Amino acid sequence: MSTVSVRDVTVAFEAVQVFDGLSLDIQEGEFIVLLGPSGCGKSTLLNAIAGLLDVAEGQIWINGKNVTWEEPKDRGIAMVFQSYALYPRMNVRENMSFGLKMAKTPKPEIEKRVTRAAELLQITPLLDRRPDQLSGGQRQRVAIGRALVRDAAVFLFDEPLSNLDAKLRNELRVEIKRLHARLGKTTMVYVTHDQIEAMTLADRIVVMKEQKIQQIGTPDEIYHRPANLFVAGFVGSPQMNFIKGRLENTGEGLSFLAGDRRLSLSGYPFITAPSAGQDVVLGVRPEHLEIASTGIWPGFTVDIVEPMGADTVIWCSDAVGSVQVRTSGSRRATPGESVTLHVDPTQVSLFAADSGERL
Amino acid sequence: MDTISIHAPSVPSGGAKTRRRMKVRLPAALALLPTALVVLIVYIGCMLWTVRLSFTSSTLLPKLDWVGLAQYSRLFANDRFLTSASNIIIFGTLFISGCLIIGFLLAVFIDQNVRGEGLFRTLFLYPYSMSFVVTGVAWQWFLNPGLGLQKLVRDMGFESFTFDWIVNQRMAIYTIVIAGLWHGAGLTMAIMLAGLRGVDKDLWKAAKVDGIPTWRVYTSVVLPLLRPMVVTAVVLLTTGVVKLYDLVVAMTLGGPGIATEVPAKFVMDHLFERNNIGLGTAAATIMLITVVTVLAPWVYVRYVRPQGRHA
Amino acid sequence: MSAAVPQGRRPGRLTVGRIGVYAFLVTAALFFLLPLWIMVVTSLKPMEEIRLGNILALPAAMTIEAWSKAWSSACTGLECNGISVGFWNSVRILIPSLILSIMAGAINGYALSFWRVKGANVMFGILLLGAFIPYQVFLYPLVRIFSLTGIYNSLTCIVLVHVIFGLPTMTLLFRNYYAGLPIELFKAARIDGGGFWSIFFRVILPMSTPIVVVATILQVTGIWNDFIFGLTFAGRENLPMTVQLNNIVNSTQGERAYNVDMAATMLAALIPLVVYFVSGRWFVRGIAAGAVKG
Repeated sequence: MSTVSVRDVTVAFEAVQVFDGLSLDIQEGEFIVLLGPSGCGKSTLLNAIAGLLDVAEGQIWINGKNVTWEEPKDRGIAMVFQSYALYPRMNVRENMSFGLKMAKTPKPEIEKRVTRAAELLQITPLLDRRPDQLSGGQRQRVAIGRALVRDAAVFLFDEPLSNLDAKLRNELRVEIKRLHARLGKTTMVYVTHDQIEAMTLADRIVVMKEQKIQQIGTPDEIYHRPANLFVAGFVGSPQMNFIKGRLENTGEGLSFLAGDRRLSLSGYPFITAPSAGQDVVLGVRPEHLEIASTGIWPGFTVDIVEPMGADTVIWCSDAVGSVQVRTSGSRRATPGESVTLHVDPTQVSLFAADSGERL
Repeated sequence: MDTISIHAPSVPSGGAKTRRRMKVRLPAALALLPTALVVLIVYIGCMLWTVRLSFTSSTLLPKLDWVGLAQYSRLFANDRFLTSASNIIIFGTLFISGCLIIGFLLAVFIDQNVRGEGLFRTLFLYPYSMSFVVTGVAWQWFLNPGLGLQKLVRDMGFESFTFDWIVNQRMAIYTIVIAGLWHGAGLTMAIMLAGLRGVDKDLWKAAKVDGIPTWRVYTSVVLPLLRPMVVTAVVLLTTGVVKLYDLVVAMTLGGPGIATEVPAKFVMDHLFERNNIGLGTAAATIMLITVVTVLAPWVYVRYVRPQGRHA
Repeated sequence: MSAAVPQGRRPGRLTVGRIGVYAFLVTAALFFLLPLWIMVVTSLKPMEEIRLGNILALPAAMTIEAWSKAWSSACTGLECNGISVGFWNSVRILIPSLILSIMAGAINGYALSFWRVKGANVMFGILLLGAFIPYQVFLYPLVRIFSLTGIYNSLTCIVLVHVIFGLPTMTLLFRNYYAGLPIELFKAARIDGGGFWSIFFRVILPMSTPIVVVATILQVTGIWNDFIFGLTFAGRENLPMTVQLNNIVNSTQGERAYNVDMAATMLAALIPLVVYFVSGRWFVRGIAAGAVKG
C-alpha cells in the first residue's frame, strides 16, 4: 500500500504553472529522495505534500486518506527544514513539545514522547538548552526530534543537511539512515541536490528537472541505467563521459562510431529499436574506461593526472575530444604519454542525440 | 597593531616606517579634522558650556559666577517646569507604547498577504514625511471644537457630543499624543514590517506543520525575534519624545494656559524669550541627564558588551 | 454528486478573518488619511462654507483663491507676502546644506572605514552619542559663538547648523555603506598607487550612488521640515517655510482664515510629500538606515 500518493498535481504560482499534472506513488516505509538542481520543483513538490502550498489541481493522499484540503497538522506528517527552524527563545524541550501542547496532548504523553525522541537522537543532555546555545549539528538533531515526537507516518525532509559542514553532514546522514531503519514503517521523503545523499539514503530516487520527473528508480538503476542524458550527467562524479557519434551496421550487428572510436553494441540491451545511421551519444562512466594495452581505442594521449587518494582521474584525449578515466589510486601516468583505452560494452549507456532519451 | 613583526628581533627602520605611514595617513587625518573640531567645539564644548551656565545666575547675558544648585532648586519649584516634566512623561509613555502597539498591529495585518499592501504601507507612513508644524496645524484645525470634529458630530444629530480636549486644560496633552501617533506610528510599522519580513520562512512552515495557531506564532515565536526592531523603535521614538517642541508650538503653543508645556519648549522660552539663561540651561541640563540615563543601558548593550565579547 | 471529493484548490476559508483584516486596515487607512483629506477640502472652500458646512464635505463652490492667497499675500506677522517667501528661503537653505552635509558625510565615512586614523573611532563614537542629545543643550552656546563670529542670523549660519547636526547621521550612513564594500577594492587601489583623494573620487564616490540617494531623501525631508534651527539661527530674512507657516497660522490678529491656513500647510508639506511618494521604498530604507544609528 502506498502511504503517499500524488495524483495529477498542478501547482500555480500566480500566473506560472508548475507541475503539469505530476503523479508519484510512495510505498509505506520507503525512503524516497527527490533529487535535482535548484529550481527543479523538488521543494515545491514536498511543500505540496506537506500542505504548505495549495495545489491548483489534482489530489494528494496520505495513509489512504485524501488530504488535499487538510491543514498540514492534520495530514499525519512531520517536517525537517534546511534552516532548522527551531523556535527561538524556547529551550529544546519546549521546542519539541510546543506542537503537542497546542494539540492538547496529555502532559505525561508529551513527556514520554520527548524523552524517547531525545534518547533516540542522543540529545537528552541538551534538553534545557536554547537553540542559540547549540551547534548546527545539534540544532538539526533537535529539529529532527521535534519531528519525531509527532509520531507521524510520513517524514518530510527539506534539504536538512545543506547548512552543515562536510563532516557533520556525513555524520548526520548516517544518523538519518539509522533512524529510518529503527523506526521501521515510517515513510521518508527527502529533498536534496546532493547526489551522494541521494545515493546513500534512498530506496528510490526521483530525479527532477524543470518541474518534471526525469526518472524514478533505485540508486542502482539511476546510476547504471540513467533514463536520459540529464540524469546521466547529473548523477555521478566525476561526470559520465559523453561521446557524440552515430550507429552503423557492421557484420555482427550495430556498432557505435565516432572518429576512430568504434564499439560493438552486440551485447547492449536496447530498450528501443535503433536504426543504423542514427545520431547518438555514448555515455561511459569514467570507471568503465580502462588504460590497457589490449584496449580497443588506441591513439589517446594523457593530458592531466588528478590523484585523489583512493583513485586517480586521468584525462586523455584524441582527435574526437577528451575523456576522463578513473583508475586505482596507485596508478600513475605521465602527461604526454600515449595510451590505449578499453571500454566494457555492457556498462555503457546509449542515448538518442535528438531527444536525449536512453536507447 | 600591524607594525611590529615578532619574527624580526630588531626593527631598524621603525621610526622611518612610522613617519612614512603618518605621511600616507595625513590627508585622511586632515579630512577628518573639521568634524573633529565640530565634535570638540559643538558637541563637547557647547554641552559643557550649557552645563556650566546652569550653575550661574545668568539672565539676559551669560555670567560666569557660581550659584551652586540655586537654579535647579528654582527649577523644581517652577510650576511651568513641573508641568512640562509631567507632560513629557505622559506624552512619552502613551506615545511610545501607542506607536509600538499600533505599529506592530499594522505590520502584522499588512503581513497577512493582503491585496494593496503597498498602498496601505504608503498611507500609514506618509505622515512621517511631513513636518511637525504641518502635523500640528492639521490636527489643531481638525480638533477645533467650533468647526472641527465636535461640530461635525453635532451636525450629524448628536447635539450633546463634546470633544473639546484641545481647549481643555486637563485633556489637551492627549491631543498632542494623538497627533504624535498619527505622525509616528507608520515609522514603527515600517520597522516592524521589515522585521517580520526577515523572519525565516521555514519557521512559519514548521509552526504550521506543528499546528500552532497564527496568533500564537506571533506572540510566542515572532515577537521575541523582533526584539532588536522594538529596541530600535523605542530608541528612535524616545529621541523624538525628548525633542518634542515643534508639534506643541504649532498645535497649542503650550496652552491652554500651561497645560501642554514641554521641557524643550521651556528651555527655548527661557533662553530666547524670557531672558533667563540660568534657568533655561538648568532645564537643558536636566534633559541631558535624562537622555543619558535612558540611553546608557542601550549604548552599553549595543556597543560595549558586544565589543567585550569579540575582543 | 462528486462535490465531496477534495481535489485541486482548497475552497475559500476563514472569510470572517479575512474581512476582519481588511476592516482593520481600511479603518486605519481612513484614520491616517483623514487629516490630509480635511486639509485639502478646507483649502479649496471659501470661508462661509467652512463656517457653516461639514468639515469632511467636498467644497460646494470650489476655489483656489486660498491657495493663491497663501502663496503670495498671507500675513506672517507684519509682512504680508505669503508663504512663497518661506518657500524660497527653504530652497536657499536646503541646497547648500544638502550638498555640504552629504559631502561631509561621504568624506568622513570614507576616512573612517578605510583609513586608520588615531582617535577617529573615539570621535565617531562621541558624534553618534551627540545625535541623541537634545538640541536645547547646544543651542545657546552656539548662538553665542555665531554672534561672536558675526554670522549669526544669516544664511551661512543656518546652513552651517544643518551641516553640523547632520554630521552624525550622514557619517554613520556612509560609514556603514562603505564598510559593506569589499576592502580588497581599497587595497587594490592602494597597490595601484592611489592616494586619499584620488581613491575617494575615482573609486569610492562612483560606487556611492545608492547611499547618496538615501542620504538625499533623508536630508531633503529633514532640512525642509526643520523648525527649531530655522527659528533660532536663520534670522528674520531667511526664515524657512515651517516657521513662516507657524507664523501665518498662529498669528493672532484678525479672524483666522482656515482655508488660507490649510492651503499654506499643504504648500509646506508639498516637497516632503513629493519626495515620499516618488522615492517609495527608498524612503523607508533611508529612515531605517538613519534610524538604526549604528
